[in-house]
Amino acid sequence: MDWLLIIVLLPLLAAAAVGFIPDSQRRMIRGITIGASGLSLLCALIAFCTFKVGSGLQFETKVVWVESLGLHFHLAADGINIGIILMGAIVSFAAACCADDITHRVKEFHVLLNLMIGGILGTFASMDLFFFYFFHELALVPTFIMIGVWGRGANRNYATYKITLYLSLGALLALIGLIGVYVQTGAESFSIPDLIATVQESPIDESAQQWIFPLLMFGFGILVSLWPFHTWAPLGYGAAPTATAMLHAGVLKKFGLYGIIRVAIPMAPVGAQSWLGVLAWLALANLLFCGLVAVRQKDLNLLIGNSSVAHMGFIFLGIASLNVIGLTGAVLVMIAHGLLAALAFGLSGHLYRQTGSLDMSRMGGLLRQMPLAGSALLMVLLAGCGLPGFANFAGEVTIFFGAWAAGLKVVTVIAAWSALVIGGLYMMRAIRNILHGPRGDDWAKASDVSPLIATALGLLLAALLVFGFAPWLLTEGIKGEVTKSVLLPKPSAVAGQIQTTEVAGR
Amino acid sequence: MDGQLQFIQLEVMVVVLGLLVLLADLFLSESARRSLGYIAAGSLGFVFLLSFRGGYTDLAEGEAFGEIYRLDGLALFFKRFFLLTAIFVLVFTVDFASRLRSGVSEYLAFILFALSGMMFASSANDFSLLFVAIELITVTFYILVSFQRHRMHSLEAGVKYLILGAVSSAFLVYGIALVFGEAGSLKFDAIRDAHAGLLGSKVFLFGMLFVFAGLAFKISAFPFQVWAPDVYQGAPTPTTTFLAVGSKAAGFVLLIRLFGSVVPELTAQWAGMLMVVAALTILYGNLCALPQRNLKRLLAYSGIANAGYMLMGIVVQSDEGTAAILYYLAGYLFTLVAAFMIINLLTRDGEGEDISCLAGLGKRSPFLALTLTLAVVSLAGIPPLAGFFGKFLLVKAIAVKAFGDAGYFALLAVAVFGVVVSIYYYFGIIRTIYWSKDTTDNSPVAVAWPTRVALGLCVAAILYLGILPNKPINWADAAAKIETK
Repeated sequence: MDWLLIIVLLPLLAAAAVGFIPDSQRRMIRGITIGASGLSLLCALIAFCTFKVGSGLQFETKVVWVESLGLHFHLAADGINIGIILMGAIVSFAAACCADDITHRVKEFHVLLNLMIGGILGTFASMDLFFFYFFHELALVPTFIMIGVWGRGANRNYATYKITLYLSLGALLALIGLIGVYVQTGAESFSIPDLIATVQESPIDESAQQWIFPLLMFGFGILVSLWPFHTWAPLGYGAAPTATAMLHAGVLKKFGLYGIIRVAIPMAPVGAQSWLGVLAWLALANLLFCGLVAVRQKDLNLLIGNSSVAHMGFIFLGIASLNVIGLTGAVLVMIAHGLLAALAFGLSGHLYRQTGSLDMSRMGGLLRQMPLAGSALLMVLLAGCGLPGFANFAGEVTIFFGAWAAGLKVVTVIAAWSALVIGGLYMMRAIRNILHGPRGDDWAKASDVSPLIATALGLLLAALLVFGFAPWLLTEGIKGEVTKSVLLPKPSAVAGQIQTTEVAGR
Repeated sequence: MDGQLQFIQLEVMVVVLGLLVLLADLFLSESARRSLGYIAAGSLGFVFLLSFRGGYTDLAEGEAFGEIYRLDGLALFFKRFFLLTAIFVLVFTVDFASRLRSGVSEYLAFILFALSGMMFASSANDFSLLFVAIELITVTFYILVSFQRHRMHSLEAGVKYLILGAVSSAFLVYGIALVFGEAGSLKFDAIRDAHAGLLGSKVFLFGMLFVFAGLAFKISAFPFQVWAPDVYQGAPTPTTTFLAVGSKAAGFVLLIRLFGSVVPELTAQWAGMLMVVAALTILYGNLCALPQRNLKRLLAYSGIANAGYMLMGIVVQSDEGTAAILYYLAGYLFTLVAAFMIINLLTRDGEGEDISCLAGLGKRSPFLALTLTLAVVSLAGIPPLAGFFGKFLLVKAIAVKAFGDAGYFALLAVAVFGVVVSIYYYFGIIRTIYWSKDTTDNSPVAVAWPTRVALGLCVAAILYLGILPNKPINWADAAAKIETK
């Protein structure tokens, strides 16, 4: 079955369908959106369960698009992206459920929401560089509009401009890098497997690699809020509607990380070796600097936004280690963080609806006031500082092993400390301020989450716990694919590392 | 001789149509004259279809009139391009007719004469035809620009265009004279054979530099761009459209033919200079567009920037680069026509061209709002629209050389910077359409059905070029291969 095609097409069809329904039919619009993303989730779940680890690309759809350029509409899943697609589908469904806080221009919002979901799922299912980029933009443009039209707060306009310009710049740099890859390999094809096969035969000229890799690294990096290009993120998420923030912070942002792992490292392995040292230090800056900024935040959304930027540091660190353990951990954290960020923004969206403010100093005692949302928030904040049992812990600890093994010892030590101490500090303070203590005055009438949102958030939480207790569901597939990527820059080192991974896995 | 007339059958038809329009003016009543534009547009549509006729396309790769006129893939592509542009402009003119006051029929006829000049330019294979075609375009545009004699702005624009246009013509003709003096011929074929030996001659180089300056004026490339904003703003909007699309494309077809196939070694020698010109054009256009509030002015500056992007395709000197320019121009045609048509619908005679006239358009007319949004997003180069694919092909053509040549890499960096800047001001337009609150006028906008059809076609073309580029790329590739003897 072409599960991926169905997964990607459902939301896009839903976008078209919603376009024909009058604005007044609100229930129908909501129903179609939730239904489409729910069906997508179901298909993703089936695909994930029937996926056979280690047997190459599966659920393929391949159609020639532009013959003279070697463009294909090519969807396929391997060990890396099958997990991300599942995560994306879960988050999409949750975001669709949480989108009922939109009260004006409901129809337009849902058209854009469906487009964004389709774009996101398409991005991670694409095996063709052009469509990989195309779907990303298809999801990105609605993001800007959604923040601009339905965003909140006084800073909305500024945030919209900032996020638009930063992300456009990042996307353009990455595009030039991708075109560089296409031109330099001489493969006459945009298909990622074809390109990798070509590079294995005859690698890209080393001097060109030294250009291509930084282009991709910084281009993708800006999209993932790599320090010092991260300032758009907290601001943008603070101003974004709930569903948009969930989708962007949770899934769409991972495009850049996925691109580095999928394209940049295999295509420019020599460039990678000379630039990943820089990436490691920038990753550290993400962890340390954004962590410290998060400590000072009084607004819950800004806290989550900054901590989410800080968490990107872990993933960058895992990538910078350029070994099987580190990269496996990086993909694992990508998935875990996607679920976590969506959960966090979903909850903060619910809180925002109650009083129209997320000022933490005015909150308090919400665990008693709203037991469901409160305990979910408690778990989110604890998972955010790396409590074992949640998928984040499994990924982060793997990354530390990987980075240590790669010789990035100083960075690893500082990263581990900053993650534990700074992360613990702001998360614990948030728990105390929001959930415990006397009830904040404004919150007397606040109500708990509705059953629909409770289901959606419960699903995210469940996934976080399942992958926390059984990370091998993901890592088995990831490891095989990542090994191939690492094999290109460091053929000799891989054999030893696979054994280490297995030790670490136990 | 009669065998040779076949080559210019389309041009002859256009000129005859222009004369017929002038004649018809004598016999038609006031109200019937208004629909003359539609009749002329329909007739041009017929000519457009004739350009696909086997009997005509079989003439391709042929030359006529002592090799001064050449019909090849490139010429065919551009003839069709100009015809399409003129059809849109004529439909547009009917909407605009009430504001012209002085004779509508003359206005239509001049558009047709300018069109014939553009079609001749696309086939120019000799400096004499090049100059005559350019003059035919420019002189008719002097009139078209200043056609609204009751408006100071229109007259001012006309005078500016006249003075600067005359200067550029002087450059052009002086350059041609110098080239003729050194090469001993005006024929492109002869210059192609001789130019490699003339690269050391300062006179020849000066001559070509002057020719380049004359053509750079047509495409409004830096430093010959000063006229564009004032003229675009002051001219009647259909003229602006024709100037922005047709006249610019005419400059490009001549640049492509001349610098791509006639003097390729000179272009290679001048690559550095051309890169600087392209980069400065991109920077100037985009940075100056930032503070603009007048929509026509804003599009003029963005047009300068777009000329810069397309110049990149000439710098790289490859068939890919040329094909990218063609693709880019095709997308540019539909986006600009749509944008200017909508601006025209929302403004009254040179007033209220401020960006705020778009406020509330999202509510006033969802169709116009969506069309303008698509056009602007396409100009910004965001997928899946025509503008993105054009830019993508241009970048791809440059990227072939960029990884290894720092100059191309820097040009690419400038282009990226320009695109990001442009996203800022294009985004401002979209913001005004959808979420600006300061609107007083909430009345729906009336759109005549031919305009509606034209806008619908533009939207369809923008989407088609962006989403299903397979066939158009093959057309552009085929047109970009200039066979030389």
